[in-house]
Amino acid sequence: MSTRILASTTRRILRQLRHDRRTIALMLVVPIVLLTLLFFMFEEQDRTFDRVALIMLGIFPFILMFLITSIAMLRERTTGTLERLFTTPVGKLDLLFGYGIAFGLAAAVQATVAAALAYWLLGLDTAGSLGLVILIAVANAVLGVALGLLCSAFARTEFQAVQFMPVVAIPQILLCGLFVPRGEMAGWLAGVSNAMPLSYSVEALQEVGVSAEPTGLMWRDLAIVAGVVVVALALGATTLRRRTP
Amino acid sequence: MDTAVEVRELVIRRGGREVLHGISAQIQRGVITGLLGPSGSGKTTMMRAIVGVQVVRSGRVTVLGRPAGSPALRRTIGYLTQSPSVYADLTVRENVRYFASLYGIASDDADQTIRDVGLADQARQLVGTLSGGQHSRASLACALVSRPELLVLDEPTVGQDPVLRDELWKRFRQLADDGATLLVSSHVMDEANRCDRLLLIREGEIIADDTPAAVKAAAGTDDLDQAFLTLVRNRTEEGS
Repeated sequence: MSTRILASTTRRILRQLRHDRRTIALMLVVPIVLLTLLFFMFEEQDRTFDRVALIMLGIFPFILMFLITSIAMLRERTTGTLERLFTTPVGKLDLLFGYGIAFGLAAAVQATVAAALAYWLLGLDTAGSLGLVILIAVANAVLGVALGLLCSAFARTEFQAVQFMPVVAIPQILLCGLFVPRGEMAGWLAGVSNAMPLSYSVEALQEVGVSAEPTGLMWRDLAIVAGVVVVALALGATTLRRRTP
Repeated sequence: MDTAVEVRELVIRRGGREVLHGISAQIQRGVITGLLGPSGSGKTTMMRAIVGVQVVRSGRVTVLGRPAGSPALRRTIGYLTQSPSVYADLTVRENVRYFASLYGIASDDADQTIRDVGLADQARQLVGTLSGGQHSRASLACALVSRPELLVLDEPTVGQDPVLRDELWKRFRQLADDGATLLVSSHVMDEANRCDRLLLIREGEIIADDTPAAVKAAAGTDDLDQAFLTLVRNRTEEGS
């Protein structure tokens, strides 16, 4: 791995994103529209809005970055740029971290815009700080990037890649505690939920919702998410082969 | 004779069938070697093995004194894939500068390479909006920009108009004169006359490895297309 190559790869990925104005617009506008929708859905129930909107601030970047990354990585494979990069001094980690950093930055912008709207216009109220919410949202985005990189290895076409989204993301969203509190789930279901990284980032967000100061549980959850990111990136690295059949 | 690439008894299987059947060849340093043969003959597979991205069943490929695919070689080879492999959602300049940056090469040199392949006017254009010929020249620029010692170019002149094709070949000649080794594949026989050495490949076997003049002399004709046919026939007769 080299800092120079990592930096220029990160810049290259951000430039690609910058040329795609429509994607940028969707990235920024979609969470705002959905949060506004939630606001009106729960107009009479402030506490429900606080609970759901907070969780959504973590889920949006996860879904979006998962999708963007799996398609972007698949493109690298199918257009031959990946094969070409592997004949150059680029290391696998330069590429993986390049994607992680570039899309992590994009997610930070997205989370900041969405959170600013939720707090100042829609009246979202949390005991903990906005900064922590954004931190967890970015961690979630990087989780999406890492899982997207991994899943792209198992898709041959963009059509297949998109369909990994329901496989990977929806079960996590169903079981993360948004619909049914995790404590009230049947034992085996809670076990499945415990095995899913999104459950921990949602729990971390809920901690920020109720405690003014960051709690130990929140840091532990964030550490678990970070651990899953490292494992997913390491597995992703093994799916990147310089030599192919 | 100084050898840049040595291929020894290379066997490669792709898609469940054997594509290269134990071929051996040497590529000399500082000259242009043409790899010629019909589509599906194994040209691309052989090139992929030389640049170290192909899974090899058996045999050995040595490039500039090291096993193909060695990390040290990544700084010294340039590879142009057959279908252009550049980022369609970046401009020509952003693409070439990115590939330049991987080798620590300055942006000015990248811009010079863009001019060399005749894309100065399109430098700020997104690659996805270029014509087919311009697209592949953008890809070529990314292979040339690092001034590699060994250039492996898979059909670099396909789809280029005759004037540009002539310019590109002059450029390849210049690079060889400056000491670079070039391996250029083509299925157009008239390009073979521009090479110093020829490797004719058919159905995964090398059927000739010589200078263009010697290949023509051996086949008793002045036309390389005809020479290729004669060589294939001679071989079939030998085999039967």
